[in-house]
Amino acid sequence: MNEPMDFLIWTRGTAFDIAVTIFVIGVILRLFEILALGRKQNLAEPKGSEFGPGMKTILTRSIPDLGTFRRQPLTVVAGYMFHIGLLVSLIMFVPHIELFRATFGFSWPGLPTPIVDAAAVLAIVGLLAALWHRIMNPVMRKITTWEDWLVWTLTFLPILTGYLAYHRMVNPYPVILGLHILSVEALMIAFPFTKLMHTFTVFLSRWYNGAMSGRRGVES
Amino acid sequence: MAENSTLGDSLRRHGVSRRGFLKFCTATASLMALPPSMVPAIAAALERARRPSVIWLSFQECTGCTESLTRSHSPSVESLIFDHISLDYHHTLQAAAGEAAEAAREAAMHENKGNYILVVDGSIPLGNPGYSTIAGISNLQMLEETAKDAAAIVAVGTCAAFGGLPQANPNPTGAVSVSDIIKDKPIINVSGCPPIPTVITGVLAHFLTFGAIPELDQYNRPKVFYGQSIHDRCYRRPFYDKGLFAETFDDEGAKAGWCLYKLGCKGPMTYNACATTKWNQGTSWPVESGHGCLGCSEPRFWDAGGFYNALSVPISDNSQTVAFAAAAGLVLGAAAAGLNYKTKDEAQKAHGTVTIDDLEKKS
Ligand code: SF4
Ligand code: SF4
Repeated sequence: MNEPMDFLIWTRGTAFDIAVTIFVIGVILRLFEILALGRKQNLAEPKGSEFGPGMKTILTRSIPDLGTFRRQPLTVVAGYMFHIGLLVSLIMFVPHIELFRATFGFSWPGLPTPIVDAAAVLAIVGLLAALWHRIMNPVMRKITTWEDWLVWTLTFLPILTGYLAYHRMVNPYPVILGLHILSVEALMIAFPFTKLMHTFTVFLSRWYNGAMSGRRGVES
Repeated sequence: MAENSTLGDSLRRHGVSRRGFLKFCTATASLMALPPSMVPAIAAALERARRPSVIWLSFQECTGCTESLTRSHSPSVESLIFDHISLDYHHTLQAAAGEAAEAAREAAMHENKGNYILVVDGSIPLGNPGYSTIAGISNLQMLEETAKDAAAIVAVGTCAAFGGLPQANPNPTGAVSVSDIIKDKPIINVSGCPPIPTVITGVLAHFLTFGAIPELDQYNRPKVFYGQSIHDRCYRRPFYDKGLFAETFDDEGAKAGWCLYKLGCKGPMTYNACATTKWNQGTSWPVESGHGCLGCSEPRFWDAGGFYNALSVPISDNSQTVAFAAAAGLVLGAAAAGLNYKTKDEAQKAHGTVTIDDLEKKS
């Protein structure tokens, strides 16, 4: 009789502690790996500066590129839909903000639930479109590895279960809320060891691309 | 009181007017989500109903459930109905004690074999039978004995329904619920700490009217009362949806009646009738009086994190977990970086330069 609640309490307690510990240690070690282990010394003579071109590339790579859009509109549109939808539902939903406040001690105002709900739908549609593209496009299919399927699934489940929990579409409620939390824990555990790390390294790697091109004296 | 008088006789004897009785029937119909056209049928059934024998057993409990039922308000039709079911045994309310009381219980069980309703409040300790006994009989033995010939069992309160407060971590008495022990009888869980009195009488009225137990949810709770969450029926819900929250118990938001989620309201995970039936004859209910819902009608609500923490906040101290993990990550990372720095430095020192001339000389 009490199992659904036992499950919810476990996901909000022990399981959360384990996931957060792996996530935090993992991310910090990965950042150390990238920043402190460094690259082999480049003995070639630099042909240009690094810093300026690096910064420029952060900017240029963050604006959608018209050429890519013409060739692969779906990649660009689905990518933006998903990322914006995910970000809004992650950091603008009041229960999530309360979790951040309990952890870091500060908070910010949330958005009304109908807007967050729309954002979640946007993210779900975006992810499904991206999946469809990955399956239907022959080039995409060739370059897809098992890690891509894993990461897609781990990202999709929290949004789906969150949507189901918010709308109470699964009974009893502790089961679906527990599944939502558990899916986030799975995501947190896989995070440091997969391409999900790009959340933390995206601007760093854009800068590095630009800087390396700058050093060689070429456009990036 | 004549053994075979009907409920209608009994109510009339106590001066309940036809109008008052029908008002109760109408309220019962709406409470049980039945159409108004059912009111005459309910009235007729209740009018004719024989007083069913009820045996009420109290185990590890605080008497809050009995208090909720008997002391909540001045006599009403509900409490009269309760008075006029034949409460043959209730060791808190009955005058007899000890062996005389046990004799009454045994007589009622015998006379109404297979027909009596067993009401239980309180959990049953399995750790040691001596933790809770009545007239030297352990709770487990008394429950098994009395349940054997019952028509149905009503587990009143979260303790009887789910184990309740006595079962709170670390559960020193090994407390369990009625349904953990009795597997072969229909059990209606009327959870709540305590349950709303109208819900208790509503369930009994349903049984009297239809002679059957109401439709139940996954936790064996009557769907009519536990079918919807507090959150979905809460009058503060528009504020939740708009993003307007009380941040403390006396800020402007609290005064304006905004949502209590941030102050720990567990309404979103709780299924109960408080938001619609209300308490104290419809006067108010906890959220209306300015305090968040504790989730008292759900299993293990007492172990589900702080009452004043939002539902989304982890049960253990998350900032501490993050701080410890971050410290561990930094130490490990710094150690790895230090080692790497040493290796690189040695490589640097061992580095020799070669010119084109050197290379040509060798070949
Ligand atoms: S006060 Fe509680 S039950 Fe009411 S809307 Fe807010 S969170 Fe939901
Ligand atoms: S508002 Fe919540 S905690 Fe309070 S009595 Fe109702 S269900 Fe129990």
